[in-house]
Amino acid sequence: METITITMKNQPALYLEADCVSPDAFAGMTAAQIAELSVYEGNVTGTLGKYFDVTGSAGTTAADTKIIVRGDVKKVKYLGMKMSAGEMVIEGDADMYVGAWMTGGKILAKGSVDAFAATAMKGGELTIEGNAGNYLGAAYRGDWRGMSGGKISVKGNAGSDIGMYMLGGEIVINGNIDVHVATHAEGGKVVIKGDAKSKVGGQMVEGDIYIFGSIDIMMPGFKPAGEVELEVEGTKGKFAHFIGDMGERHKKKKGQVIYANLYKKI
Amino acid sequence: MTKIVTDVICPFCGTLCDDLEVAATDDGKKIIEVYNACVIGTEKFLHSQASDRVTRPRLMQADGSYKEISYDEAAEYTAQMMAKAKKPLMYGWSSTNCEAQSMGHEIAELAKACVDNTAAVCHGTTLIAVQDIGLPTCTLGEVKNRADRIVFWGCNPAHAHPRHMSRYSIFPRGFFTGKGHKNRKLVVVDPRPTDTAKMADIHLQVTQGQDYELLNAFRVALKGEWLPDVVAGIPKEKIYEAADILKSGRFGIIFFGMGVTQSLGKNHNIDEAIAVTKDLNDYTKFSIMPMRGHYNVTGSGEVMAWQFGYPYSVDLTRGFARYNPGDTSSIDLLSRGDVDAMFTIGSDPGAHFPFNCVKKISELPSVCIDPHLTPTSGVSKLHVPVAFNGVEAGGSCYRMDNVPIDCRKVVEPPEGMLTDEQFLIMVRDRLKKMKGVA
Ligand code: SF4
Repeated sequence: METITITMKNQPALYLEADCVSPDAFAGMTAAQIAELSVYEGNVTGTLGKYFDVTGSAGTTAADTKIIVRGDVKKVKYLGMKMSAGEMVIEGDADMYVGAWMTGGKILAKGSVDAFAATAMKGGELTIEGNAGNYLGAAYRGDWRGMSGGKISVKGNAGSDIGMYMLGGEIVINGNIDVHVATHAEGGKVVIKGDAKSKVGGQMVEGDIYIFGSIDIMMPGFKPAGEVELEVEGTKGKFAHFIGDMGERHKKKKGQVIYANLYKKI
Repeated sequence: MTKIVTDVICPFCGTLCDDLEVAATDDGKKIIEVYNACVIGTEKFLHSQASDRVTRPRLMQADGSYKEISYDEAAEYTAQMMAKAKKPLMYGWSSTNCEAQSMGHEIAELAKACVDNTAAVCHGTTLIAVQDIGLPTCTLGEVKNRADRIVFWGCNPAHAHPRHMSRYSIFPRGFFTGKGHKNRKLVVVDPRPTDTAKMADIHLQVTQGQDYELLNAFRVALKGEWLPDVVAGIPKEKIYEAADILKSGRFGIIFFGMGVTQSLGKNHNIDEAIAVTKDLNDYTKFSIMPMRGHYNVTGSGEVMAWQFGYPYSVDLTRGFARYNPGDTSSIDLLSRGDVDAMFTIGSDPGAHFPFNCVKKISELPSVCIDPHLTPTSGVSKLHVPVAFNGVEAGGSCYRMDNVPIDCRKVVEPPEGMLTDEQFLIMVRDRLKKMKGVA
């Protein structure tokens, strides 16, 4: 695997849209060619090289390209957008849309990321060592097809609206989350090791949510369905089981209505 | 001598009353009296008659004083600002006509700007929900003639849309509603005992920030499923009772306002309210309608959606339209520092935006086009006063139920004053020359 490093040298005055920073776009290019790729600051088109030092070389395919992003990229959007293979390491905090629409490969964000990370993710792995913003692994605006595959892990906390319209895949948050989790979900699995606030699983059709900490306000549409012993993310324990959202539409399989499940650790 | 102008449209709130009469002087220059309008509507007309009105553009000087300049100079200043900026924001649009909005969008395309209207801090969340799950709605005429179940959720028309209840929703006797308010049942959901709530058959005093839970409980109750004893501060018996009242009507309507669109849950509240409406259609005919505030905010959404594909928060910086509130919405752009010029028209962000955003506007090159002196005109570098739309200029506007209504010109503007549209044409033509597309 070949490694290419981009290091911030000239901060943008506004925010920078760098949707070219992905193994797919870099593959088969020299550092000089990569520096010529287009980035956008407002309505002005510039080159990646105007803002970043580019060193190293990319592999021939996305799968054998690794990108390291260095320096302050708090004002850079779309890092790793639509990547399908390869690896990316973001050493500091990044702005919105990290790994949005990614279908494969691995992204490691060592800092925090802002909203819309892993929007409509289809596959691959996104690991965030800091905190994640709102709409993590959610559908894009107006789309009813959210995250459908892959895995997102967050060491810190996450914001609101995570996993909106989720269809599949997995989100694991070590810390706490804000309101609205897996709203409208029709599949997938969300694990919250910390506390949740309210509106957990609203309008959920199918899928599973596991909450280890507290829930401030339960959705009235989730009905108690006993207790179960489970092993979740390596932790064994007793969970209170709820099914819902009773107000929402549900599919039937073999004459049985399929509800979404909410498990809360006791 | 006076003359009476009839069928005048009120350019204040989204009710867009179309039955006003205005007494004006014979030369058509002064308004003497306004009939049929509510207090706020009347004020809007009389305000245009103020003797201390600013009638020429004013440019802020280095010492904070203002210098009067010509419309030509103002148009040049505005065009220069738009041409230089990397990411100008054009915000407002809700208190001007559709013709001016359309002209403004030409400028936005030329300058590759962000365009946003007041929905961003109001019913934008409604628009997100509508895009997510659709909207079973109707016109206010249908409400007047058919509705016998009225829900006001998080809105207070008694004060915000004063003639809404008398013209459309509660009191009028329509084709199938001959007994007026006597055969209408009114349900009000509001954490406060408002003047609207006092008139209700059932007032559900929901705990603030738990509208989403209560709406969810309604859906569960409609299906006859299990509910916890108390939801959002309301005992479950009351929820089942209210659900039964709604089910038993012949035609129902949910009107909702900023109490649900901008409280915790935001777009999800509306999403769930629309779902309640859909569910109710299993039993009877039910509709839902947002109580839009500014008289032509609906029009701005219509024009923007027709021209760019999205109803608000449109980002044209890359030459094609993008939309993602949270990223491309005014508050986020300003508070994140992601704009470098501010153009305001037909709205007052200075009075309604968070302080850090207003501060940002004051630091940026900025133009405010508004007939009044407002907090926004006070923080903008250039203030361009224009004719009062709907009083001194006509043009298309959209009522809250998406019905287009042609506003009327009632009197002449003060000598030499331009309308929004006329000024925007001057800016557009200059910008075209600068960009070499003329
Ligand atoms: S209700 Fe609204 S539109 Fe009607 S007169 Fe009053 S302010 Fe004007």
